[in-house]
Amino acid sequence: MHEPVLLRRQGHPDATLEAYVADGGLKGFARTREIGQAATVAVVTESGLVGRGGAGFPTGRKWESVRTAAESERYFVLNADESEPGTFKDRVMIETDPYMVLEGVLIACYAIAATRAYIYVRGEYRGAARLLAAAATQLAAAGHLDGIAPGGRPLAIEVRHGGGAYICGEETALFRSIEGYRGEPMSKPPFPTVAGLFRKPTVINNVETIANIPDILSRGAGWLQRYGTDRSPGVKLFSVSGHVGRPGVYELPFGAPLQELLDLAQAGRDLRALLLGGAAGTFVFPGDFDMPLSYEGAQSRAATLGSGALIAFDQGTDLWRVAERLGNFFAHESCGQCVPCRIGTRRQHEMLAALADGSGGDGERERIATLGQVMTDASICGLGQTASTAVRSLIDAESRGLLAV
Amino acid sequence: MQDTFAILIDGKEAAAHAGETILDALRRAQVDTPTLCTHEHLTPAKACRACVVELKGSRALVASCERKVEPGMELRTDSRRVLEARRGVFELLLSQNDVSAAPALVLQAERAGADRERYRGQRYDRGLHDDNELYVRDYDKCILCYRCVEACGPDVQNTFALTVAGRGFSAGIAAGYGESLPDSACVFCGNCVAVCPTGALMDKREHTLRAEGRWDESRYDVVQTTCSYCGVGCQLELHVDRRSNQIVKVTSPGDHSITQGFLCVKGRYGYSFVEA
Ligand SMILES: Cc1cc2nc3c(=O)[nH]c(=O)nc-3n(C[C@H](O)[C@H](O)[C@H](O)COP(=O)(O)O)c2cc1C
Ligand code: SF4
Ligand code: SF4
Ligand code: SF4
Repeated sequence: MHEPVLLRRQGHPDATLEAYVADGGLKGFARTREIGQAATVAVVTESGLVGRGGAGFPTGRKWESVRTAAESERYFVLNADESEPGTFKDRVMIETDPYMVLEGVLIACYAIAATRAYIYVRGEYRGAARLLAAAATQLAAAGHLDGIAPGGRPLAIEVRHGGGAYICGEETALFRSIEGYRGEPMSKPPFPTVAGLFRKPTVINNVETIANIPDILSRGAGWLQRYGTDRSPGVKLFSVSGHVGRPGVYELPFGAPLQELLDLAQAGRDLRALLLGGAAGTFVFPGDFDMPLSYEGAQSRAATLGSGALIAFDQGTDLWRVAERLGNFFAHESCGQCVPCRIGTRRQHEMLAALADGSGGDGERERIATLGQVMTDASICGLGQTASTAVRSLIDAESRGLLAV
Repeated sequence: MQDTFAILIDGKEAAAHAGETILDALRRAQVDTPTLCTHEHLTPAKACRACVVELKGSRALVASCERKVEPGMELRTDSRRVLEARRGVFELLLSQNDVSAAPALVLQAERAGADRERYRGQRYDRGLHDDNELYVRDYDKCILCYRCVEACGPDVQNTFALTVAGRGFSAGIAAGYGESLPDSACVFCGNCVAVCPTGALMDKREHTLRAEGRWDESRYDVVQTTCSYCGVGCQLELHVDRRSNQIVKVTSPGDHSITQGFLCVKGRYGYSFVEA
């Protein structure tokens, strides 16, 4: 049995700053102040931590480019927008341990000499936003924010609320949203570390990524590697929903077999398929339930962990109907900026609706595949680029005979 | 001195200048590249994706109108991926828009090998906005190229009457907060009309003549003159119907040093005194 690390304070009574400190909290931040900025970033780099928001980018590398940036105005942004269907681990992380998340924010801000921190919280997550704002107030009152910002000033932490658009979780759209514009993604390059929020060097990290930081600092660069695999060090939060006995958030070391996660969530033996990695993920069938839950393990089965969402479907589920709902999601959430995604997601949804209703045929399957390639190749951002991933994995599974009942 | 370096276009070496876009380099090398949203005097919107090219080392294709050249870039403009992506862009537009007033778009679609029938589904049905005396807006023809927004905004006019509202398939151009043009901040300079590539924005006179089947470009002479309203010296092109001796439209040359094709309400629409 894996002893939870990130979620170790689950079930503790109300999170207070006193309780957090009594339980060993803020040690990582103390360590950061002791060793300084460059050494802090070096520890994060050495730890092997990569982003948990879906893209898997090495966290230390991001921090280092902003730490060494020429411009003195820099920002740190915590991405708590979490709007991927079936993903709710960041919410549980925040509600379980808001202080650990904020300690990670303090360490990041100190390490990159951020002039200001923004926390962008999904609009519906009122409770989580309240908890974070209250915890930030407590930390400020106790003087823990003093001297973090350049010039020895206290760090300003600003909590912003999303307005209900999935696309505003995409980092560049999120910046636009904070700036007061329409949430439309921008091209990369320039990357956020060069020109991010207000066109200044910016580190943006996912909640779960940041929750790893305090322990990495207090326990050392090698700590993360005590968990997981060589290529995927650490632990991962999985959001499990759908046809399982105990839906919820589960923490496992990377590399644990998928079946173990299913057992934890009390999935029955009659599962038809899983959607792994959220709306932009892939369908996984029982033959692959022995898959190791690591980045390389998923890749070897042409799957993706994404943000760690798993939706289970039993034998009674019509997977084409599921695909139709996914198609609807992307059509609804496209920002509308570029042609392949604005029109493509709508056409894809229409064709999926035809397939789900039984009125579509091979022509639809072929057109969906052709269109999927156009969206993947020519869309501006990750939404359009991955809007056909799950659907195409279903078509592929069908051609391999995996959908036969 | 201009910093010049080499890039590879379809395996052939070409010269590129620091600071220019890939599209600039492609055009100098005479590589035919379809474009819809980009405009020489406006910020690239990188929205239509017709100009995408394959850049070695980049997972997705890149918009050549926006991406700046870098030394040693290896580009492909003739690969299957590029050609299929471009064709797809045109096929999607054809499945959504009324392209009856956009001959340039139709021509480019044909050149890209677009099949009008590939994608079918809901088309735009937004109705005609005919709420003022100077120009009409037919958003069934709009491809959301952002040109009008940029021209009305910081690129030219700084009036900010236009914006994009809604999202996904419902995203479209709105004046103010969905108001009529006269109620919005619009000052009727017509610069949005001047840059619209699809005929979605059209001068009222042209729109009326077209609707009556009386628009006939073969009958129009272009008379060059200088606007007489103020001392700026904007050059005007009066499109005059030879038979009736009536002005049907006023434009300004896009390469004119003073106007770059942009005018104010008086120069563009204040011509009826000539007929009085
Ligand atoms: C359409 C779209 C939605 C996204 N939504 C989120 C989100 O809700 N939360 C998140 O952390 N990252 C999201 N991302 C990824 C972010 O752009 C970014 O990669 C991430 O916040 C970086 O943090 P990390 O390096 O710690 O993972 C999204 C990306 C795309 C393309
Ligand atoms: S891919 Fe979709 S969400 Fe992303 S910029 Fe284009 S239209 Fe917007
Ligand atoms: S006429 Fe001028 S002010 Fe009015 S919307 Fe067009 S560009 Fe803006
Ligand atoms: S109205 Fe014309 S200029 Fe404006 S976005 Fe639509 S097509 Fe482009």
